Amino acid sequence: MRIVKIIAIIVLLAFVGIQFVPTTRNHSDIVPSTDFMLVNNVPETIQNKLQTSCYDCHSNNTQYPWYNKIQPVAWFLEDHIKEGKAELNFNEWDSLSSRRKASKLRSIIKQIESGEMPLNSYVLIHKDAKFSEAETEELISFITQLKDSL
Amino acid sequence: MKNLKMSIAAMLLLAVSFTNAQEKEKKSHEHGDMKRDHSSMKMDKMNPAAEAVLTDYFMLKDALVGDDTKKAAQAGTKLMASLKAFDTKSYTKEEQKELADIIEDATEHAEHISESPIDHQREHFKTLSKDITDMVAITGTKNTLYEQFCPMYDKGSAWLSTSNEVRNPYYGSKMLKCGKVQKTIQ
Repeated sequence: MRIVKIIAIIVLLAFVGIQFVPTTRNHSDIVPSTDFMLVNNVPETIQNKLQTSCYDCHSNNTQYPWYNKIQPVAWFLEDHIKEGKAELNFNEWDSLSSRRKASKLRSIIKQIESGEMPLNSYVLIHKDAKFSEAETEELISFITQLKDSL
Repeated sequence: MKNLKMSIAAMLLLAVSFTNAQEKEKKSHEHGDMKRDHSSMKMDKMNPAAEAVLTDYFMLKDALVGDDTKKAAQAGTKLMASLKAFDTKSYTKEEQKELADIIEDATEHAEHISESPIDHQREHFKTLSKDITDMVAITGTKNTLYEQFCPMYDKGSAWLSTSNEVRNPYYGSKMLKCGKVQKTIQ
């Protein structure tokens, strides 16, 4: 019993301790003029879907639920966002060349089709981020159209 | 025991309040363009840097023909390096812009190829092939190349080869000879 108590206290102290490690928040109130939604004529249903399913990691502004402000969840998330934005940042869409846009659009299609995006770990927490079959179809046909019009 | 519970509760409260108080709203820093390495490498008409890119591209293509993920990944890494070493200074302003764009795109595909399973590698190889074909259109090459085409893979996909015999990098052993030569580049 004593041992359990000691371990519990140590774990707790560690948990409290890591809360003091600062993290960088992905937050911005400005939507730049290069944003994907602003430069493309995106239907509203798709806009909403992209916002809930993609923008948390693929834009400059993440909607953080409270538990994502607690370590170690925050670290885990910070890493994902960094990687996600490096790969694709919807806010900076129009700064890409046509070649880069076509490449990105192709990758978006492949990622959605194969179910690799949105990430399982993300969908687990954000139930509404999941794509239904109809939503997948709608998005893919929109993205394909966009790609062909480049 | 009751004491322990109390202290746990207290600590939890403390932790939550601290994280909220902490709210460091550092504005996210944008990734600037990766600085490209403008290293020495002087070029004459026959561009050795472009040839180096092609060599790595063909190594990658052959690895995919042989269904060899590991070798393809290595070729991807090599290709990233040869693309990085590509100095475009000897070209016109417009060509430089186009080449920079091609290099940026191709580098991203090469990077993905260096760390992905084979079906992913093949997806990226398709777009990469387009980039390399566009590069050759600007730089030229000392060898005769053959643009080959497989109508089956992803609604039709092309690639480059140094031989006019078709060896399909998109299907490998599954459909080794699927495709045809659609253009000869000299």
